[in-house]
Amino acid sequence: MRLEYFQLIDRIVDLDLAQQTICAEARVPSASTIFEGHFPGYPLMPGVLLIEAMAQTSGWLVIAVTRFSRMPFFAALKEAKLRSFVHPGESLSLSAKLLHEGSGYAVTRAEIRCGSKLACNAEITFRLVEFPNPEFRASMEKMAAILEFPIGALAHG
Amino acid sequence: MPSTFETVANIISETCDIPRDTIKPESHAINDLGIDSLDFLDIAFAIDKAFGIKMPLEQWTQEVNDGKATTDQYFQLNNLCTRIDELVAVKGA
Repeated sequence: MRLEYFQLIDRIVDLDLAQQTICAEARVPSASTIFEGHFPGYPLMPGVLLIEAMAQTSGWLVIAVTRFSRMPFFAALKEAKLRSFVHPGESLSLSAKLLHEGSGYAVTRAEIRCGSKLACNAEITFRLVEFPNPEFRASMEKMAAILEFPIGALAHG
Repeated sequence: MPSTFETVANIISETCDIPRDTIKPESHAINDLGIDSLDFLDIAFAIDKAFGIKMPLEQWTQEVNDGKATTDQYFQLNNLCTRIDELVAVKGA
């Protein structure tokens, strides 16, 4: 995780286009100015950032399913449950499943586990739009490479 | 088996918390019922699931933006239900 860049996942470890699922991993930094305020003397990963991590995981799944033809923008969140505290330095397993790919939107169900413990889960809706410009798309392709997004799998899925 | 309109009206009522008896076949989803684009995503999801279809919202929106269609053609509920019936018929063909 690079919180200062709003990069909430480290690596995509599995992408199954047939099952329309994705798995990713992330390690919460041991230190961040965020933990100085959230909370002094009791640092916790903010729930809103856990939700963003689920959204980013889901977003890469949607990008995969739509073959990099649409950019998913976070639009709605339902049934979000923050079930357990996540502390600095912990390793997270993130996963998402596509519930529906509509015309111009997609819905996923996502969760984060810390070890065997379910940390949070939610249903997330995205608006799908064409990439607004080539520079933005290029930046997403660059990020895909950083995250080891299996872009080659899209041609065979 | 409920009609297409009954199903759609119930979805709209439940999704947007609009009293069911105010939703009529001639109601316009945007102009009369005040449904915004984000709420309509929820409605579209529920309709897609209920009827096993994929409403071509991007195409409809493009046609409206290009002046090739009016919002009435897609978002007045009796017209919307006709479109849904057509999509269901195509799926079953």
